[in-house]
Amino acid sequence: MAKITLSKLRHSYMPNPKSDSDYALKEIDLDWQDGGAYALLGPSGCGKSTLLNIISGLLIPSEGQILFDGKDVTKLPPDQRNIAQVFQFPVIYDTMTVYDNLAFPLRNRGRDEATVERRVMAIAEMLEVTEMLGQKAAGLSPDNKQKISMGRGLVREDVNVVMFDEPLTVIDPHLKWKLRSKLKELHQRVKATMIYVTHDQTEALTFADQVVVMQLGEVVQIGTPVELFERPAHTFVGHFIGSPGMNILPCTYDGAAKIEGHPVALEGPVRGTPTGKTEIGIRPEFVSLTTEGLPATVTKVSDVGRHTVVECNCLGHKVNAVIDEGTAPSKGDQTHLAFRTDQTRLYVDGWLATDPE
Amino acid sequence: MKTENQKAWFFVLPVLLLVAFNALIPMMTVVNYSVQETFGDNVFFWQGLDWFQQILRSDRFHAALGRQFLFTFLILIIEVPLGIAIALSMPRKGFWVPVCLVLMALPMLIPWNVVGAMWNIFTLPDIGLLGYFLNHTLGINYDMTQDPIAAWVTIVTMDVWHWTSLVVLLSYAGLVSIPDAYYQAAKIDGASNWSVFRYIQLPKMKTVLTIAILLRFMDSFNIYTEPFVLTGGGPGNSTTLLSIDLVKIALGQFDLGPAAAMSLIYFAITLLVSWLFYTLMTKDDQN
Amino acid sequence: MQKRSIVPIVYILFLMLPIYWLVAMSFKTTNEILSGFSLFPQTFTLENYRVIFTDPSWYWGYINSILYVSINTVISVAVALPAAYAFSRYRFLGDKQLFFWLLTNRMAPAAVFALPFFQLYSAVGLFDTHLAVALAHCLFNIPLAVWILEGFMGGVPKELDETAYVDGYSFPRFFVSIFLPAIKAGVGVAAFFCFMFSWVELLLAKTLTAVEAKPIAATMTKTASSAGYELGLLAAAGTLTIIPGAIVIYFVRNYIAKGFAMGRV
Repeated sequence: MAKITLSKLRHSYMPNPKSDSDYALKEIDLDWQDGGAYALLGPSGCGKSTLLNIISGLLIPSEGQILFDGKDVTKLPPDQRNIAQVFQFPVIYDTMTVYDNLAFPLRNRGRDEATVERRVMAIAEMLEVTEMLGQKAAGLSPDNKQKISMGRGLVREDVNVVMFDEPLTVIDPHLKWKLRSKLKELHQRVKATMIYVTHDQTEALTFADQVVVMQLGEVVQIGTPVELFERPAHTFVGHFIGSPGMNILPCTYDGAAKIEGHPVALEGPVRGTPTGKTEIGIRPEFVSLTTEGLPATVTKVSDVGRHTVVECNCLGHKVNAVIDEGTAPSKGDQTHLAFRTDQTRLYVDGWLATDPE
Repeated sequence: MKTENQKAWFFVLPVLLLVAFNALIPMMTVVNYSVQETFGDNVFFWQGLDWFQQILRSDRFHAALGRQFLFTFLILIIEVPLGIAIALSMPRKGFWVPVCLVLMALPMLIPWNVVGAMWNIFTLPDIGLLGYFLNHTLGINYDMTQDPIAAWVTIVTMDVWHWTSLVVLLSYAGLVSIPDAYYQAAKIDGASNWSVFRYIQLPKMKTVLTIAILLRFMDSFNIYTEPFVLTGGGPGNSTTLLSIDLVKIALGQFDLGPAAAMSLIYFAITLLVSWLFYTLMTKDDQN
Repeated sequence: MQKRSIVPIVYILFLMLPIYWLVAMSFKTTNEILSGFSLFPQTFTLENYRVIFTDPSWYWGYINSILYVSINTVISVAVALPAAYAFSRYRFLGDKQLFFWLLTNRMAPAAVFALPFFQLYSAVGLFDTHLAVALAHCLFNIPLAVWILEGFMGGVPKELDETAYVDGYSFPRFFVSIFLPAIKAGVGVAAFFCFMFSWVELLLAKTLTAVEAKPIAATMTKTASSAGYELGLLAAAGTLTIIPGAIVIYFVRNYIAKGFAMGRV
């Protein structure tokens, strides 16, 4: 087990990258604490799989270093890094039994059969696959296959980090939930560092203590699920996390923020003097319908269960508000919107520019 | 799931008629000949199973059958591992893939007697590229019209040249269907190259390899034109394989009865061995 | 990676050597061939090709071959299409046995059938016609075409058929305008293999023809034996038989590896 440090990491799939856009990963500096449960969240093509493959050693980065407990492993092949990876589609060795599958990484490293048996039995018990040990792996259901490929990662006691690359893609919805709690439980038992790559915010937020959000090859924000929700460091995070995502409204700023001339109070002081595109960000959960405030017209009302999402046209911009059931207006109603001050943030060129009072 | 529908027979009917016309009528003719004796003039006498007994006991048939099995065994043991090895070392993607495939498939598209003729020209002792090289550059005494061993080496080499690509193409098709994740997982698990081959590549190639071995078995067991053009079965009878012997008896000596009996025995052996191969190679899937 | 590519390169060189020698021979004069060994043609000549292109008994050989191969390819694929559809979509009495029986015909040694074929096609009055050879080659090409097409059709979801019926398509219209385009790669691959096996087969083709429909490959053997040592001419004729195959293979280069793999065992 180890602390993993990524230092000035850049990677391009092209032989001679010129501009920034040639890089799949742009300058990444990150520390993964030993024993943490991390999620790497971002849309398809944001570079998260590239980052994963660099940590596991399947890819050598164009620039920068990876350190495991301060030791440079940038050029080490995967089998010498003591890492484990679970892939999108279950990778199992069809012709072997479940037992041999689990024993494979240990046998390749020349462990004696007694150790192999002890470890395999322990892991099988943990994954609840003990009764399948004698079966051919080819005949298993997808969720059991995925369990076995997890088991192959966990079977080595010295594993530094276990990485999951969207491991629930092929699993039936009702089993996804079970497997996810199994994962969470495993993390508590084996205490290995785990990195979980996904584009599904629910998976990321329920699994991880710390979520790393990526976009276009850059890390946009690292934080706990609550931090990501409440204080998105970038409009992308605000938009990507939450359902519906954060409302982002263009505004002007000259000491005070104004939307189409209407002043809006911010959570606190603005850092420096904003130059560039200024926007106001507010979660729909913190928008309420009132009798005074910004004038708006209700354009759509959708009932999503415990609460109602009201879509309004506010001064030419679309704004969502989440309100309790029963108080919902109907389409076409004229109303006014109020933003909760301590949740109203200013973004400059996409990045958060206000601090709390 | 497929639905039960007896009307599907109408879809199959044209195929059935055409193949039956080509397969059943000649087969009946062969069966008919195999139990009769003729002295020409379309006069036939009932002979029973005598021809079959005679053929099965004849040294000539045993020798031809032995040569046939030796030939098939040799080409399988060379072509299959060689084909797999070449497929493994081919690039998986890029510009060179179609180039390689087209060049490799070329020998399979040359008419079989041209293949024989080409190898004849290629191996002529004094003016063939290979023959000249062996005789005059390496100083090996090579003349396949005189030396049975040279003749055997030549027909086996010719078949390897002609058909190894089939094994390559099929193995390659199996290999490219393996997702990258398997190789990555194997790397992480610390698997050796041999383990990757044994536990990932070989299992994934199994289906196509079964097809490859079956096709190569059937076709090499039935081979006629190429060795006939190249060696004519000689020197002596040293390269007279089953088909060559059969045609010699049927068309050369016009012994229709024995030839027909031999045809049936021959066909039965091909079917039996193919079936054995097939059952053995697919046995694992059943349990 | 770079070291590994030695293997295919050496293999391809091995494949090309005999072909090179055939082509080189075809550009040599008879005198040069008989006078001894030379790696390259010393006096480059097109004489051998001129003979082939001006003598009808030679060039008709090519036309005959191409004719019966084309007829065979069309017949094989046309009748194999509905049959493969039946095998891939329906269960019916004796379907598995029938499929296996079809494949056994691929195993029958052509030599076994040579004489009976001669008698059969003489009896029905088709001897020495293109149709006779085309029909005879159906024996091994139809099973192959059914096999390949069935594999490709198995990859098309059954929902496609059902959607089309719901949309009110009649079966023939559905088959031609929806199903065929969906498996056109398979049709191409099947046609390629039919072309290939019909083009390379000689024993039956030679047995079933005498003058009118005689294939080029048969013309070659005859000329070579009767006119003695006309190696240059033989080489030129051989070289020309490689060209149709090379053209056809170029068109299916991207499917060629898939062709057999799609079929089921």
